[in-house]
Amino acid sequence: MALILDHVDYVYGGDTELAVHALKDVNLVIPDGQFIGLIGHTGSGKSTLVQHLNGLIKPTGGAIYFNGEDIQDADYDKKKLRSKVGLVFQYPEHQLFEIDVFSDVCFGPKNLGLPRKEVELRAYAALKQVGLEDAFFYQSPFDLSGGQKRRVAIAGVLAMKPDVLILDEPTAGLDPKGRDEILDQIANLHKEMGITVILVSHSMEDVARYVERIIVMNRGSVLYDNVPGEVFKHYRELEQVGLAAPQVTYIMQALRKKGLPVNMEVTTIPEARDEILRVIRA
Amino acid sequence: MLRDITLGQYYQAESVIHKLDPRVKLIATITFIISLFIVDNIAGYLIAAIFLVCVIRLSRVPFRFMIRGMRTIVFLLLITVVFNLFLTPGEPLVSFWKLTITKEGLRSASFMAVRLVFLIIGSSVMTLTTTPNNLTDGMEKLMNPLKFFKVPVHEVAMMMAIALRFIPVLLEETDKIMKAQIARGADFESGNLIKKAKSLVPLLVPLFISAFRRANDLAMAMEARCYRGGEHRTKMKPLQYKRRDAEAYFVLVCYLAVCIGANVYL
Amino acid sequence: MGNFITMGIIKTEKLVFEYIRRDEEGNVEGITRAVDEVDLDVEPGSFIAILGHNGSGKSTLAKHINAILYPTEGTVWVDGMDTSQEKNLWDVRQSAGMVFQNPDNQIIGQVVEEDVGFGPENMGIPTQQIWERVEESLKAVGMYEFRKHSPNKLSGGQKQRISIAGVIAMHPKCIILDEPTAMLDPNGRKEVVRAVRALNAAEGITVVLITHYMEEIIHADKVFVMDRGKVAMEGTPREIFSQVERLKELRLDVPQVTLLAHELQKSGVNIPNGILTTEELVEALI
Repeated sequence: MALILDHVDYVYGGDTELAVHALKDVNLVIPDGQFIGLIGHTGSGKSTLVQHLNGLIKPTGGAIYFNGEDIQDADYDKKKLRSKVGLVFQYPEHQLFEIDVFSDVCFGPKNLGLPRKEVELRAYAALKQVGLEDAFFYQSPFDLSGGQKRRVAIAGVLAMKPDVLILDEPTAGLDPKGRDEILDQIANLHKEMGITVILVSHSMEDVARYVERIIVMNRGSVLYDNVPGEVFKHYRELEQVGLAAPQVTYIMQALRKKGLPVNMEVTTIPEARDEILRVIRA
Repeated sequence: MLRDITLGQYYQAESVIHKLDPRVKLIATITFIISLFIVDNIAGYLIAAIFLVCVIRLSRVPFRFMIRGMRTIVFLLLITVVFNLFLTPGEPLVSFWKLTITKEGLRSASFMAVRLVFLIIGSSVMTLTTTPNNLTDGMEKLMNPLKFFKVPVHEVAMMMAIALRFIPVLLEETDKIMKAQIARGADFESGNLIKKAKSLVPLLVPLFISAFRRANDLAMAMEARCYRGGEHRTKMKPLQYKRRDAEAYFVLVCYLAVCIGANVYL
Repeated sequence: MGNFITMGIIKTEKLVFEYIRRDEEGNVEGITRAVDEVDLDVEPGSFIAILGHNGSGKSTLAKHINAILYPTEGTVWVDGMDTSQEKNLWDVRQSAGMVFQNPDNQIIGQVVEEDVGFGPENMGIPTQQIWERVEESLKAVGMYEFRKHSPNKLSGGQKQRISIAGVIAMHPKCIILDEPTAMLDPNGRKEVVRAVRALNAAEGITVVLITHYMEEIIHADKVFVMDRGKVAMEGTPREIFSQVERLKELRLDVPQVTLLAHELQKSGVNIPNGILTTEELVEALI
């Protein structure tokens, strides 16, 4: 079930010579509970794609189905869709506006027309899920550190209880520890609540570490859609479209060239360590 | 997508008009507008029309770009025409229901319409052939004498230039914040006026914060690059009158003289 | 006064910066020490990296070098000039150029070349020379062909290179880059780092690069790691990256190769400390 994209096309700029074909014949099936990495260089169409998934952008061709229903149907409830497919934009802390953290997180569920009690329960649960301590709840969101602001913003979307959570570059601008903390938190959400997570990222290392499936976008089309080990085998093609494989792939490649028969499918540091140990001890 | 909007509406082309000093173009536009209000006979408008057509041809900007600006004033044009048509007293021409069109009404309505249309096209020629920063430069230089009266001419020009630079950035930001709030279930469309105004809070607060942050960053960046106001400052592209600018002024004076002449003698 | 001759291009001595925190009513809540007794000495022509997690004080430190902030205690000298003396202000800012994090918020001009000319205009350079400087600066960062473009339509990496050109057009002796790559994608980051390294190598401009991307600093001559306003670690990239655990404590990490080498070492493989590149690791293993 879940999300199905059927021959989705998106052209903007009208019928003039300036028209841009941002998405070209995108076909994807996103089943429940997957952890997906969406990669592509700037302008490859990945941001446009995710905005289609919650109905912010209307495709100019093709159809998108959520749980079997066409989201472009005239009587389809867009608001409900947006609560079920949560989208966290890049630098989400730039959307904070309330006087305190808690009220800000309440904004989403309140818009769904839920009773006050339910709104507050959800806000509380969401803030706990992103690991923010109670002491910050009644502070102004603008007084928090960068990493904390980002958590609050993510909680603002989580409070709507989405089935699918899309995060556009959730670690941009954070320091290494901050990056790891946010990503671990997201991985945790995926594991404990079973929600589908789509992680839009530039960092191959991050993607390799967490996701089970990678979708590579290039010039508005899906270039690869596979498990990380398979996708990164195409590291030469990835480089041609302005991307790269994780450094581990290159290390493995270099070792193989020197005659060490390591498996090229490893993509993360622990995997690489075990693989090298296996080969040199053999 | 929003970044593609160029403010003003500069149309890139190689033409004499494009190359003219912005001061010439500013003064010419003002002169042309004045001339439109001086003349009040058909001969005068014909002269203005010929002048305008010549300038447009010289500018090499397609005519459809000139009339683009008209869309915004269609309503104003209609009101002006209707008021002049029906409310000018004089010799009745046609009469139906309670309304009467007079000969004078017809005359003043058509003159008014022509004036407005020429005015818009005339100023479009200027904005289409001059980049916004060239225009700011021209204004700064023209207003320079006002410094004597303690008007902060340089600062005003700098503010205009910065505004022009940041309007597209802020437009894009508005779009982004709006989408982010819609993704959180915000509704900017439905409801009455009060509800709509209230719904803007989640958009305006982040937008203001962002604008202030940008202003702060920009001020720091400018200071770091030794900006200290207009004094001691040199220009990378100083405005300098060339021969063609003098010629343009000459043509302009001739045009004005002919207009006045047409008004007095015809 | 004799030490002026041997003094580095940037030198700080017991630099302290404190700011007062106030609550909503403006009452003093406390004093935060953002920079705490920092001693730096940067040799002319070197490439220095400053690492540190968010809030470690590295940006505050950087702003002192450009006289945007003044020390609460201690002294900062740029090219021998005390930054806290008002008469030195413009010379300090000209000698130590600064590039900031957000590519959108530091471009003033509406056309690339005009933005690069902004600094020289402020310095009162004659028109003809401004054009020469703009041309050479844009060429130095490989953006000359974009000189007539509007900055709004450029990529983040291109915008940052414009900002760098805008700084070098002022002919500074050193250039401080405050997380110039934090908001860029990997390609943009590479572009910027490549441009900065070229400047350092070809023009001999002293570079101070502030970042938390570890791969960007493996070529630095010296690395300072900041934590809580203090210099917590100091050394060559190899010396710094040999201390994987210590870096993790400071909310940082190491390049992936270094981490893998470290993991292998922990599992009993005999390889040296502080591996920085794939080639080094391959060599150590085979």
